[in-house]
Amino acid sequence: MSTYDEAIKKYDPVLGLETHVELSTNSKMFCGCSTEFGAEPNTQTCPTCLGLPGSLPVANAIGIESTIRIGLALNCSIAAYSRFARKNYFYPDMPKDFQTSQYDEPLCSNGFLDVLVDTEDGTKPFRVEIERVHLEEDTGKLTHAGGATGRIHGADYSLVDYNRAGIPLVEIVTKPVPDTGEYAPLVAKAYVTELRDLLRGLNVSDVRMEEGSLRCDVNLSLTPKGSKTWGTRTETKNVNSLRSVERAIRSEIERQSLELDKGNKIKQETRHFQEDTGTTRSGRSKEVAEEYRYFPEPDLVPIAPDKAWIEKLKKDLPEQPSIRRTRLAKEWNFTDLEMRDVATLGGVDLIADTIAQGTSPASARKWWAGELSGHASKAGVELIDLKITPTDIARIDALVNDGKLTDKLARQVIEAVLNGEGNPDEVIKKRNLSVVSDDSALIPAIEAAIAANPDAAAKIREGKVQVVGVIVGAVMKTTGGSADAAKVRELVLKTLGQ
Amino acid sequence: MSRITREEVANLARLARLDLAESELDEYAQQLEIILESVAKVGEVSTKDVKPMSHATGLVNIFREDVTKESLKREEILRSAPASEDDRFRVPRILDEE
Amino acid sequence: MSDLTKLSAVELSSELNKGSVSAVEVTKAHLDRIDSLDKSVQSFLHVDKTGAIKQAEEVDKNRKENKKVSSLAGVPLALKDVLTQQGVPTTCGSKILEGWIPPYDSTVVKRLKSAGIVILGKTNMDEFAMGSSTENSAYFPTKNPWDLTKIPGGSSGGSSAAVSAFFAPLAIGTDTGGSIRQPAAVTGIVGAKPSYGGVSRFGLVAFASSLDQAGPFARTVLDCAMLHEVMAGHDPLDSTSINQPVPDVVSAAKLQDVKGMKIGIIKELGGDGWQTGVLNRFNESVELLKSMGAQVKEISIPHSLYALATYYLIAPSEASSNLARFDGMRYGLRVDDGNLSAEEVMNKTREKGFGKEVKRRIMIGTYALSSGYYDAYYAQAQKVRALIAQDLTNAFKEVDVLISPTSPTTAWGLGERVNNPMAMYLADLATLPPSLAGIPAMSVPIGLADEDKLPVGLQIVAPFMNDDRMYRVGGAIEASLKTKWNGLLIDQAPALGGAK
Repeated sequence: MSTYDEAIKKYDPVLGLETHVELSTNSKMFCGCSTEFGAEPNTQTCPTCLGLPGSLPVANAIGIESTIRIGLALNCSIAAYSRFARKNYFYPDMPKDFQTSQYDEPLCSNGFLDVLVDTEDGTKPFRVEIERVHLEEDTGKLTHAGGATGRIHGADYSLVDYNRAGIPLVEIVTKPVPDTGEYAPLVAKAYVTELRDLLRGLNVSDVRMEEGSLRCDVNLSLTPKGSKTWGTRTETKNVNSLRSVERAIRSEIERQSLELDKGNKIKQETRHFQEDTGTTRSGRSKEVAEEYRYFPEPDLVPIAPDKAWIEKLKKDLPEQPSIRRTRLAKEWNFTDLEMRDVATLGGVDLIADTIAQGTSPASARKWWAGELSGHASKAGVELIDLKITPTDIARIDALVNDGKLTDKLARQVIEAVLNGEGNPDEVIKKRNLSVVSDDSALIPAIEAAIAANPDAAAKIREGKVQVVGVIVGAVMKTTGGSADAAKVRELVLKTLGQ
Repeated sequence: MSRITREEVANLARLARLDLAESELDEYAQQLEIILESVAKVGEVSTKDVKPMSHATGLVNIFREDVTKESLKREEILRSAPASEDDRFRVPRILDEE
Repeated sequence: MSDLTKLSAVELSSELNKGSVSAVEVTKAHLDRIDSLDKSVQSFLHVDKTGAIKQAEEVDKNRKENKKVSSLAGVPLALKDVLTQQGVPTTCGSKILEGWIPPYDSTVVKRLKSAGIVILGKTNMDEFAMGSSTENSAYFPTKNPWDLTKIPGGSSGGSSAAVSAFFAPLAIGTDTGGSIRQPAAVTGIVGAKPSYGGVSRFGLVAFASSLDQAGPFARTVLDCAMLHEVMAGHDPLDSTSINQPVPDVVSAAKLQDVKGMKIGIIKELGGDGWQTGVLNRFNESVELLKSMGAQVKEISIPHSLYALATYYLIAPSEASSNLARFDGMRYGLRVDDGNLSAEEVMNKTREKGFGKEVKRRIMIGTYALSSGYYDAYYAQAQKVRALIAQDLTNAFKEVDVLISPTSPTTAWGLGERVNNPMAMYLADLATLPPSLAGIPAMSVPIGLADEDKLPVGLQIVAPFMNDDRMYRVGGAIEASLKTKWNGLLIDQAPALGGAK
């Protein structure tokens, strides 16, 4: 039995997930600086987000609205009266040495998100309860210099870019999730996946884990079976992908169970997930508990959202992802499993967009969940990050259907587009990749093949058409596979009197 | 009502990032004690059902539109920096991991 | 032209509009006086000679080209060194900001510039506005022009002394617990704290965010009102800024009449422990107001007895957070021998860069906000604050304005209270309740105390966004006393350095 199986036999895991979502507003949360990604360092700051003496914040209306919409989509209650609070601590990436956040009066609270997990015993539903959804600001970005690894340990000094400081962040905190048993890692992954899709559907964030617009911390504790008291929980940071969420939970369950088996206590601490080993390591332990001295932010006034406005926001919420998927699966004739695969890959919208441009659902799924998923996996990125669009795929599929491209050629076109050589039509032109189906172009090749295979040709003339494959093969070889095989066969037979 | 020890003063100084000298701790403890005794007076007031007054104006829902405005020029902000490198603020090595 | 520095802002404005004098001449006259006499008062931290002349030249040019200029265009002003002015050093009276040049203008400065008011320089203050004597300035103490061995009040002592010494007819200070009113009272001039939210705090380096307000100093009530009008008004850059028209303080200042007004004397602010000379002048003004047709009665503000404790919990708490940004990472002082960690640099920088009073208040604030103490201290103080505000609101159901002496004593000697924080805090007894409630209050000179011949001020308190009411009462008192003294109280101040 694996460590994991042993652990699950003896202990019940209790999960918790804290997710930070970077909102895709045009301007920062408390000032008008641009939030555009990738700008030159320190070119998107002002007195407010730099925390210069005398500066003051003014709240971004869309930041508030997006937070409320997220809360509504998560079935939360929206506070009648909410306030910002100062979270006080010193760190060089914090311009004010306090973060404007929320404390005991968050905008949203007490919601839930239902997720489905595939198990050997079928699909199991789990309800993840949401404690709160609140709004805060992001910090600046630190790079560590002088050390060997670029990590903070061993660095000689650090450099700070405050472009990111002040960008709105929504923090979503689940309540502790017990009763997931062996499926804990899958429940965690399913939750983050479903959350990501929900946020994408709301159009409030880019939600890209690799880019940092969706950040996840996972909490885990183990309760010995039969015990009523929950164990000590650890918090694991640096969980940068869906797969890492699953691995981190799994790894913590194993680690904690081994410790508990030995009779050791679990230290309440922050740990870091290590991609390369799939395990967690201890963060620098803090001797004293953090003292944030929260108090209501005096420079911002309370938020009292209008009830009618909240009702309207609720009414205008997009369809919940899981409901949408069920509906689409029916429309597209996908099985539940096929649809879930597509969802996990983050391909529902891509496929929908492709279908909208004329591709059949089956083909769209073939391209995205098959061919392109392979490419994404190889490059270590998500489907949505591939440099190819639904429009491109729809075009390629149409060309294949029209006989202008073979499947093989289509795959070459896809590779070229991914490489940045242009859109499908440009690639085809540049590389001269169209199917050769023009008779006159094929005739020389066919005549050459016939001449090179006299025995086969003779047999075909006698009516033994089975061997036509030899001649067709030869033609395909000389045309580099760009000939329309069916057309070639037709012409060969015709030429040889069949 | 409040007894503030030199250890507590040292703790406060640590939280507030003030490198007080050992010799100063007693002096500050004494002064803080007097002040704290005086401000503890607020405890005498019955405040059942009283809402705290964190904001003097009674204003709510003050927002701005999500439009971008011009930022400061980088030279302007780095000019005041104690140290800078590569267009960034240069800060000494950080011990505490975030 | 007789001494330009003796004219009020209104008088200067009149001369400037007539064309009998240029803005550059007015500015130079004041700069010359500062040059020769400020060495004994030390009201300025930084005199911006070049900048001021340039601003004056601009005003003269606009007048010449018949462009529309505001009524105060060309009038000089001294600015407390806690408001940012682009390109000019701002220290907040602290070493931690020595040499810092802000890259942006505070909204108040933007409005001064639009009005063509000439900013002569930045005035001295208690470090980060914490103090009542300006002795907490990290640079040097400012002296009271009436008696150079006495304090000028604080924290806006530099601004108050500058106006009192005729270095400028106008000045701007900030008032968190009394820091405009108290210096005005002890230096014999007029000073006002507008309604909280009445003047933008954008660019005002924060001490206690829920209490800070920038406000005007002048030698006359009308001058003060005119500056108040320029400074005040909604600012979208300040979320706590009130979006209502500025109360008509200028018209109110001109009324010079209090007939039929109901005036309440705050019962708790007076009596034992208050300087006799102060109380005498106060009682006289009460009689004066009665004689002018006002109805005066005593009103109790019961929770005002807790104002000191409440303020010295709330203000340091907010300050401990507001001052955290001074960590040596982005601007200002950095103490680093090259081998220190970021944490150590922060610790050493703040230890060296902050003075004792600032450190005391930061620690009190840190204590009051800590878990375990928050409920009993900070939260409780905010509740008592609500009760004080309620008391005042109730009082205004019975009267139009409230009055009290501004300060329990006249100016005390330099060095007398520096080692006794509590004694220093007691100076704010009268000014604290209106601050906590966010309501407007001002101080007008009402005479000299018999014991020491030093100025005494009358505090006038009005309801929220009714700033005009206090100017009405102030203007009336001033007019009446002007007749009695055949001039303003400030005219009785001893000459500085011999030449007047």
